[in-house]
Amino acid sequence: MNPYRGLAIIFGFYALGEFTSFALNLTIPGSVLGMLFLLGALLTGAVKLDWVEDEAELFIRNMSVMFVPPGVGIVSYIGLIKSQLLPISVSLLLSFLITLLVTAKTVELLRRNEP
Amino acid sequence: MNPLGITLTLVVFYLFSELHSRRRAFYTNPVLLSIITIAVILKWFGIPYGSYMESAAILKFLLGPAVVSLAVPVYKGRETIRAYSKEIALGIAVGGTVAILSAFYIAELLGGSEEVLLSIAPKSVTTAIAIGISDKIGGIPSLTAVLVITTGLLGNAFAPELLNLFRVRDRIARGLATGVSSHGLGTARIILEDELAGAVSGLAMALNGVFTALLLPHLIEILK
Repeated sequence: MNPYRGLAIIFGFYALGEFTSFALNLTIPGSVLGMLFLLGALLTGAVKLDWVEDEAELFIRNMSVMFVPPGVGIVSYIGLIKSQLLPISVSLLLSFLITLLVTAKTVELLRRNEP
Repeated sequence: MNPLGITLTLVVFYLFSELHSRRRAFYTNPVLLSIITIAVILKWFGIPYGSYMESAAILKFLLGPAVVSLAVPVYKGRETIRAYSKEIALGIAVGGTVAILSAFYIAELLGGSEEVLLSIAPKSVTTAIAIGISDKIGGIPSLTAVLVITTGLLGNAFAPELLNLFRVRDRIARGLATGVSSHGLGTARIILEDELAGAVSGLAMALNGVFTALLLPHLIEILK
């Protein structure tokens, strides 16, 4: 199947999301809006799953490498991190623990109350 | 255009992903190892970040369409979402909010600067979305990227053990807690132990990304 249909749809929804975020001056990233628009299009049947499935999976499978360049930007902030190592590391660790446990216990409670 | 950045990124990432496929452990995570290695190389050879990013920015740009692509797994998981709609809605509403508030307030309590608070607030959502949020609210996207990946590594290394320790046996609760607290890297680990928990975790990750993108910018206005 011609992969350019899927790529055109995915980039098209990304462009639409960015445009909407910019035009309406929204605080939601354009990419997230584009995802919601594409989800809406799939749910309403305006876009068929097999038009975009392979291309979307290609993007998602290869997402990891895309985090490297923004991550490397950390070189510009080494001083900041060193001076704020305590708030950064403690907040990261405790917040992860609290989030994991509160979410698990909340859902568990809901499940127990159901027959 | 100077091809240094993209070539260096691909070579280093390739080598670490080979290592990771041979030795699957949280400390062989290719993303974090690549970031550290490239940062050291740039510093070592005195290469400015700008000349690295000249071509490496192509990869960063592709995060946009990659986030749009997340609509596909959410769409494919719509039956699971429908079946557990109440759990998913409550888990994300509570967990997603707790993730933001706890990160923000603990960092503030310990004297974190405003740019650090804004960069750490979205640390529990998938990297691509977190970078977008950080950029929008005035955080430092690079710092957010590293904090998100570190959070993911915590989930990848310890989430199932912590859930065992706290006697969380319900599979839906385990999946939701992992996805909401530690996004893709947590999901990658829990799916190895339990397919249902893994599927729920993946959906929770995507939906929590959307929830946080909608909530966080408004919440920050109140918190600041």
